[in-house]
Amino acid sequence: MDLGTSQAHSWPDRGQARDREQWAAEVRGAPLSLRRRARPVESVARAAVTFCGLASIAITLATVYYLGREASLFFRSSEVSLAEFLTGRVWQPQIGHFGILPLVSATLLTSIIGMAVAVPLGLAAAIYLSEYASDRTRSVLKPLLEVLAGVPTVVYGYFALTFVTPILRSLFGRDVVEIYNTGSAGIVIGILILPLIASMSEDAFAAVPQALREGALALGATRLEVALGIVLPAAASGVAAAMILGLSRAVGETMIVAIAAGAGPRLTLNPFRAAETMTGYIARISGGDVSYDSLDYNSIFAIGLLLFLITLALNLLGRMAAGRWREQYE
Amino acid sequence: MRERQAFLDVAGREGNSFVVRMPYRRTRDAIVQALLLLATAVAALSLSALTFNIIDQSFGLVLLEERILRESLAVGDRSLEELSQAELVEILRAKLRPNLLQRLESERPLPQRSQAELYALVMDRVVQPKIVRSWSLFESLFGRKAILQELGEPLPPGQRLMWRSWLNPKFVTSPAGADPLRAGVRTAILGSLWLVAIAMALALPLGIGAAIYLEEYATPGRAMRLVELNIGNLAGIPSIIYGMLGLALFVRALQPLTSGALFGMASPAPNGRTVISAGLTLGLLVLPIIIINAQEAIRAVPSSLRLASYALGATKWQTIWHHVLPSALPGILTGSILALARAIGETAPLIVVGAATFITVDPKSPFSPFTALPVQIHQWTTRPQAEFRHLAAAAIIVLLLLLLVLNAAAVLLRARYSRRQLE
Repeated sequence: MDLGTSQAHSWPDRGQARDREQWAAEVRGAPLSLRRRARPVESVARAAVTFCGLASIAITLATVYYLGREASLFFRSSEVSLAEFLTGRVWQPQIGHFGILPLVSATLLTSIIGMAVAVPLGLAAAIYLSEYASDRTRSVLKPLLEVLAGVPTVVYGYFALTFVTPILRSLFGRDVVEIYNTGSAGIVIGILILPLIASMSEDAFAAVPQALREGALALGATRLEVALGIVLPAAASGVAAAMILGLSRAVGETMIVAIAAGAGPRLTLNPFRAAETMTGYIARISGGDVSYDSLDYNSIFAIGLLLFLITLALNLLGRMAAGRWREQYE
Repeated sequence: MRERQAFLDVAGREGNSFVVRMPYRRTRDAIVQALLLLATAVAALSLSALTFNIIDQSFGLVLLEERILRESLAVGDRSLEELSQAELVEILRAKLRPNLLQRLESERPLPQRSQAELYALVMDRVVQPKIVRSWSLFESLFGRKAILQELGEPLPPGQRLMWRSWLNPKFVTSPAGADPLRAGVRTAILGSLWLVAIAMALALPLGIGAAIYLEEYATPGRAMRLVELNIGNLAGIPSIIYGMLGLALFVRALQPLTSGALFGMASPAPNGRTVISAGLTLGLLVLPIIIINAQEAIRAVPSSLRLASYALGATKWQTIWHHVLPSALPGILTGSILALARAIGETAPLIVVGAATFITVDPKSPFSPFTALPVQIHQWTTRPQAEFRHLAAAAIIVLLLLLLVLNAAAVLLRARYSRRQLE
């Protein structure tokens, strides 16, 4: 509803003589002036906030433009072919090998380990908090999860390298586990996304109507049967969305893998060995003094574009999961 | 019919055991409940492990080696720190090599320097303390015997075992440096403050403006859905991608602007890797957070307030400016503080935009090269020497304290806000 701008204002502004005279004339019986007054402030303000609203689109466009432009320079170079980029098994720019598989496999490895930690723990925490915990327990545990979510990722990286890695090495042997390894990075990524999955899932559980639970309890179901048989299926879409967004976060995580997973691309699925992820590679190359016109510089944008597309697809998927598969109650 | 049959099948199979099975089901319930609690506790445990790890590394025993023992320089019962200016000059003249002494004198005659300066000089050039080994707090407390045994008694001359808190007032006020005994985080803290100030200067007006547009002006439809979808996606883009956008846009494309060349402030070699490039990058990064929070705050303003304002003849902008924004302000502020906390902790985009690897000078203008607290932590963490791990832990404590203060402010604001809503 647009009330403000489309109406004529004939109310007198205090202290303005001309307006007062006009008002007096109106009161004496002259016809009301229904002419629309010019209000420059209104149109300027509207233009300004519209600009702000559209600026967010400009950010997306700029991201796509710059990533695409530098990436196209990379693919147009004579040393690189798209086929090799997507299927090659070696990434060594110095000797002209540009196969992204080692970087992608390391990203997948750390993300899968992270999900293996975060999904069961996060889901269990969500079920416990929403179906079992008393108000008092919840008021202690929920802020704890929020604090965990607010810790900067560089701190998690430090934690992975100086705490989790030594534990892994003493558990499995120092000659089995390398100092830098994807395992500890993956575990800590799991701790990082645990609060995200837990809180999104708990929101989904909270949206399930109480009547469903009460109906099941009335039929003789135990609390566990209600939680797993009624609440979890009813909230499935929200839980799926939580997992997808968690995965997107894990794929894009940089500092933990940059610190703990090691430098140097390597095609391995052994979680105890060092392997560089896509984000780790971008951080390492751009952190050094790389010249702007080198193939190295362009290559990080090609990887960045791929990363952007993966996370964009995951985010859209998560959004769809939350929206489309949601069962409507009441 | 088929469902009925299925039900009968189940009932037939389980028969009257339904009641008998109750204890089994209850036990199963209790076991799973315990497992769920355990899983939740793991989350809490990892937080305690993280805290333990950082505190463990921030304090502990160190084995110091001094070229010339500090005690040997004491005069009477006064320690080295308490000596007067003249006495310190005397020590320097006695102990330093002539050519070094000459150079120092020519820079500025020794007697003209202050006591603190001279003391630093004595420590630096004469005493020359160096860390030989360091231990974590846990090792120092519970393995002290083993440490002493390993070192052997008595310690070699010049060496001493002492407690060190890596987090100390001097750590916060000294600039970064190569010597782990004297390196501090002042440069990094100032850099972080610059970055956050610039980020907020960009993101606050833009974010609040966009939220006003979306909530008050935009007509629901395809265009608005597109903008909202876009903002949701921006919030989900990995932060390193923002770093790459910043690198391509602010550092390279806008180099004349961000290096300060346009304002005649550039260093001899114009370079876009400056405070302002990084600050603007962080601004873009937190923009979606600010928009989403401001939208929620504006949506929560009751429409009766708007209608009352319109009924009194106020225009749309007058209504927004004088009524909607003031009552949404606490919510907007809370969201902004959370965005600020996010900006302070971000590392990856700063590395991509080009935080300086080693910098000891405080940032003076938006066109200075920069470092930031999380970047400093990253650099110390990736060094192989144990001393730098301790420094990183101390810097992490500083960073977490900063975040704690910010979050506490947000919680307080939110509490005040909800109380006002009730009235």
